[in-house]
Amino acid sequence: MEFFLISLLNGVSYGLLLFMLSSGLTLIFSMMGVLNFAHASFYMLGAYFAYQISVKFGFWPALLMAPLVVGVLGALVERFMLRRVHKFGHVPELLLTFGLAYLIEEFVHLIWGRSSLDYKVPTEMDGPLFTLYTTTFPMYRGFMMLVAVLMLLAIFLVLTRTRIGLVIQASLTHPDTVEALGHNVPRVFMLVFGGGCALAGLAGVIGGNAFVTEPGMAAAVGSIVFVVAVVGGMGSLAGAFVASLLIGVIQTFAVAMDYSFVTLLKSAGFVITPDTFLYSLWKLTIAQTAPILPYLFLVLILIFRPRGLMGTREG
Amino acid sequence: MAQGAQKIVFRPLNLARCIIWSGFALLLLVLPLFFNKGFALTLMCQIGTIMIFSLSFNMLLGQSGMLSLGHAVYSGLGAYFAIHMLNLIGKGWLFPVSLLPLVGGLAGALFGVLFGYVTTKKSGTPFAMITLGIGELVFAMSLMFPEFFGGEGGVSSNRIAGEPLFGFITFGPQIQVYYLVAVWLFICTAAMYAFTHTPLGRIANAVRDNPERVEFIGYETQRVRYLVLIISGFFAGIAGGLGAINFEIVSSENVSAIRSGTVLLFTFIGGVPFFFGPMIGAVIFGFFIVVLATITKAWLLYLGLFFVMMVMYCPGGIATLIMMQFPIVKAGRFREIFPSYCLAVAAGLTLLAALVFAVEMIYHLSLEAAAGTTKAFFGYDVEVASATPWLGVALLSGIGAVLFVAARRGISTHWDRIMGDIIRSQTA
Amino acid sequence: MNAPAPMPVIAAALELRAVRKSFGVTEIIRGVDLAITKGERHAVIGPNGAGKSTLFNLISGRFGVSTGAILLNGGDLAGLKPFEINRKGLARSFQITNIFANLSVFENIRCAVLYPLGYKYSFWKALSTLKDANLRADEILELIGLKKRRDVKAGLLTYAEQRALEIGITIAGGAEVILLDEPTAGMSRSESDQAVELIRKVTVGKTLVMVEHDMSVVFSLADRISVLVYGEVIATDVPEKIRGNAAVQEAYLGTSLAEGAH
Ligand SMILES: Nc1ncnc2c1ncn2[C@@H]1O[C@H](COP(=O)(O)OP(=O)(O)O)[C@@H](O)[C@H]1O
Ligand SMILES: [Mg+2]
Repeated sequence: MEFFLISLLNGVSYGLLLFMLSSGLTLIFSMMGVLNFAHASFYMLGAYFAYQISVKFGFWPALLMAPLVVGVLGALVERFMLRRVHKFGHVPELLLTFGLAYLIEEFVHLIWGRSSLDYKVPTEMDGPLFTLYTTTFPMYRGFMMLVAVLMLLAIFLVLTRTRIGLVIQASLTHPDTVEALGHNVPRVFMLVFGGGCALAGLAGVIGGNAFVTEPGMAAAVGSIVFVVAVVGGMGSLAGAFVASLLIGVIQTFAVAMDYSFVTLLKSAGFVITPDTFLYSLWKLTIAQTAPILPYLFLVLILIFRPRGLMGTREG
Repeated sequence: MAQGAQKIVFRPLNLARCIIWSGFALLLLVLPLFFNKGFALTLMCQIGTIMIFSLSFNMLLGQSGMLSLGHAVYSGLGAYFAIHMLNLIGKGWLFPVSLLPLVGGLAGALFGVLFGYVTTKKSGTPFAMITLGIGELVFAMSLMFPEFFGGEGGVSSNRIAGEPLFGFITFGPQIQVYYLVAVWLFICTAAMYAFTHTPLGRIANAVRDNPERVEFIGYETQRVRYLVLIISGFFAGIAGGLGAINFEIVSSENVSAIRSGTVLLFTFIGGVPFFFGPMIGAVIFGFFIVVLATITKAWLLYLGLFFVMMVMYCPGGIATLIMMQFPIVKAGRFREIFPSYCLAVAAGLTLLAALVFAVEMIYHLSLEAAAGTTKAFFGYDVEVASATPWLGVALLSGIGAVLFVAARRGISTHWDRIMGDIIRSQTA
Repeated sequence: MNAPAPMPVIAAALELRAVRKSFGVTEIIRGVDLAITKGERHAVIGPNGAGKSTLFNLISGRFGVSTGAILLNGGDLAGLKPFEINRKGLARSFQITNIFANLSVFENIRCAVLYPLGYKYSFWKALSTLKDANLRADEILELIGLKKRRDVKAGLLTYAEQRALEIGITIAGGAEVILLDEPTAGMSRSESDQAVELIRKVTVGKTLVMVEHDMSVVFSLADRISVLVYGEVIATDVPEKIRGNAAVQEAYLGTSLAEGAH
C-alpha cells in the first residue's frame, strides 16, 4: 500500500511534468502543423537558464524569468527561421526544428560544458512534505505538482476566456476554417510557438533540479514527449493530459518493480533455470523493461487505435 | 493510332548514362591508387557504406516523401545479423564473407516487413514520429538483451574467417575490404537507380507528390509505402553488413537515434531531390566526421549550423545547387554570373572565419579554461580574455555581412536576367 | 443531335439507392436515388453547395455513405476503398485540379495506366520496357492534345492544360464508368468548347457522369440530366424535359436555362 501510494504520487508528478511539455507540443502541432522537434531542447534551455539566473538572483526570480527568456527565444525562432521555411511544407519545418535541437545541444555544450550542473532544489523546499507510513514525500515534488496544476489552470483560462484562446481552440479542431476566417495571422503563430516554448522552459526550470540538468536531458525526455503526443491523439490537449499521466505512472511503477517471469512462474510452481529456452527473456524484470514500455504502448495504440486515445483526426 | 505509335521513339541505352556509370566504376577502381594510406582507405570504406545507407534512406525521403527518424534500425539490425554470421563462419560455418552484406540486407528487409507494417499505416509527420518511437524501442531493447546485442561493448568479430575468396582474398588487408565495399556500392547504386525506373518506383514518386490522387488510379498508398520501406530496409541492411565487416564490431550505437539523425542530416545536405544527392552527402559526411572532428571539438555545432542554413536557404541541398547551374552553363553564360559567385564564396568564408574564431574562443573559455586564456590559432597565440580578438570577430562579421549583401544582389540580378533570356529563347 | 433514346431498364452501370450522407449533424445528401444506364452520358446540375461533389466523393469511395447503397454494375460498393472501386472500373476527376505536380505530363498519364495494365507494384520491370504502357500513355497524350507538352513538369502547365491532364489521368486507365467533376470550370469559351470535344471523344462507348455548370455544355453533351438541390434529386430526365420542368425552373435554373436554350 505504501509502495503503491508513493509510486502513484511520484508517477503523477512525473506525468504532470510530461504534460507541461506535451501540452506545448500539442498546441504548436495543432495550430501550425509543425512537429517541434526542438521542444525538449527548450525544456533543457529552461533548466540551464534557471540555473544561471538562480546562481545570481536565486530560484524564485529564475522561476519567472527563465521561461520568459525561453519563450522569447521560441518566438524569435518562429519569426526568423520557421516562417522562412513554412512555404516549403511540413517536412522542411520538421527538419529545421530537428537541426535546431542539434544546435541547442551543442550550444549548451559550448557554454556550460558536457557534465551535469549543480542546479539544486531551493533550500526552503529541500525537505519532506509529509511522511506516508515510513516513506517521506519531498516537498519539492509537491511544488512541482502545484506548478503543473496552476499551469494547467492558466492554459484552461487562456483558452476559454480570451479572444486569442478561442482562436487557438477553434484551430485545434478546425484548422482550415480558422485559416479561412483570416485568423491565422502570423502573430498568433508566433505567440503560440513562443508560448509553447515558454511552457517547456517552465517545465525545465522545475524539472531540472528535481531530476538532473545535463546536456543529455533533452534527448532523454524528448522522444517520450512525442510518444505522449501520439498516444494521446495528435492535436488533443485532453488526450495529451491523459497520456502524460498514464505514461508517467506506468513508467514510475515499472521502474520500482523487480518481478520477472521467473518470479511469477516460481510462485506458480515452475522452475526456470538459465538453461531454459529464451531465458534472457524470462529473466527480465519489469524494472528492466521500463525504458521500452512507452514505445511498446505507442506501437500497440497504433495497431489498435490509430487515432490515439482521444484524437479526432487521423494523421 | 498506328501512325502515332510509329512516331514514338523508345530511347536507346543513353550514351551519357553509359559514360556516367562507366566513369563511376572506373573511379571506384582507381581511387586507391591515389589514397592508399590506411587511414584514407578506411575512410573511403566508411563513405562507401554511408553512400548505400543514405541512398536507401533517400528512397524513403526523396522518392516517396517518407521522413524516417529511425532508419538506423534497419542498417543496425542488419549489421548485428551480419556480425553474428561472421562469428559463425569463424566457428566453421560454410558461408563466404563476401556475401555477408546480403545477410544484413535480408535481416534489414525482414525487419522492414515487421516494423513497416506498423509505421507505414501513417504518412507525413505521424510517420516520422512513429519511426522515431520504433527506433527508441529497438535501441532500448538492444540494452536489454546483451546476449544478442553484446551489451555496452557490442559484438566484435574477426573478418578473416572461412575460406579465402578465389583462394587468396581473406579481407584481412584494408584494400581488399575497400574493393568489397566498392563492388557492393556499385551494385547497390545501380539497383537503387534501376528501382527509380520501375512501376513501384514511379508510383512512389506519385505518392510523394499527391497521395490522395494515387488512391483513385488503383493503388493503395499504404501498400506502396510498405513495399518501398521493405526494399529500403534491404539496402540499409546491406550497408550495415558492410560496416560490420569494415569495423569488425557492432554495438547498440548502430541502431541509435544518433545514427538515424546522422543519415538524415547528410542526405539532406547532399540533396534530397536528386538520386545522386545522398552520395554527395556521404562525401561531406567523411569530411565532417573524419577531418573536422579531429581538428575541433565544436564540429557538431558547425554541422548543426550548416544543416540549419541549408534547410533555410537551400532546401534542395548541394545537388540542387549544382543542377541549377546546368541551364546557365549550357547557354554558355556561366561567365556572367561567376564573379558574383566568387563574391558569395568570399562572403561565406569571411563569415565562417568570424564564426570559427568566436566559437573556438568560447569553447576555449568554457572547456579548456584550466589551460589558461591563450589559445593557439594556426600558430598564433590569441589572448582570449582580452577585447582585441573579439573586436576582430566583430570586424570580420561586418565585412562578411556587407560582402554577403552585395553578392546576393549580384547573383539575383544576373540569375533573373539570364534565366529570363533562356526561357524567352525557348518559347520563341 | 442527341436523340432522347429510350432507356431500357437493364442492369444499370451505376445505381444509387436512397443514399444519405451527414457530416456531423448536417445532412448534405438527403436520400438520392439514381440509375445510370451503360453508355449513358449523364449530367448532374445544381446550385453551389447542393452536394454534387459530395455525391461523387461517395460514389468514388472517398467518403462512406451514412445510409443507402451504391452499386456499380450491380455490385455493392459498400465499405470499399477508392482504389478498390477504381479497380472495379470507375474513375473520377476532381473539381480542384489534382495531379502529380512534380512529375512530367507523360509520367502523370503513365502512372494512371500502370495498374490496369497489370504492372501493379512490380519493382523488377523497367518502365522503358513496358511497351503497352508507354504506347497507351502516348495515345492518351495525343487524345488530350498534350503531346507537345509531353516532358513538361505537370505543375508548369497552364490551367486549361492541367484540366485536360486531369481528364487524361481519369480516362487513361480505361475505366468503363467515368465521373467528371466540373471539367470546364474556370475556362474561357473557346477552351471550354475544346474541353467538350475532348470529353465527347474520350468517353465514346463509356458511361459518363459529369457535374457541370455551363448549360450549353450540359445540353450539348448529356443524354439525361439530374437536378440536385439541397442534397435531393428533384428531377431526372432528358434535356428537353428538364428545360420545361417547372419545379426545376423554380428551384434552380431560372434565367440560365433560357440562356442555355439559345
Ligand atoms: N468533408 C466535409 N465535411 C463537412 N462538410 C462538407 C464536407 N464536404 C462537403 N461539405 C459540405 O457539403 C455541402 C456540399 O458541398 P459540395 O458537395 O462540394 O457542393 P457542390 O459540389 O454541389 O458545390 C457544402 O455545404 C459543404 O460545406
Ligand atoms: Mg463541387
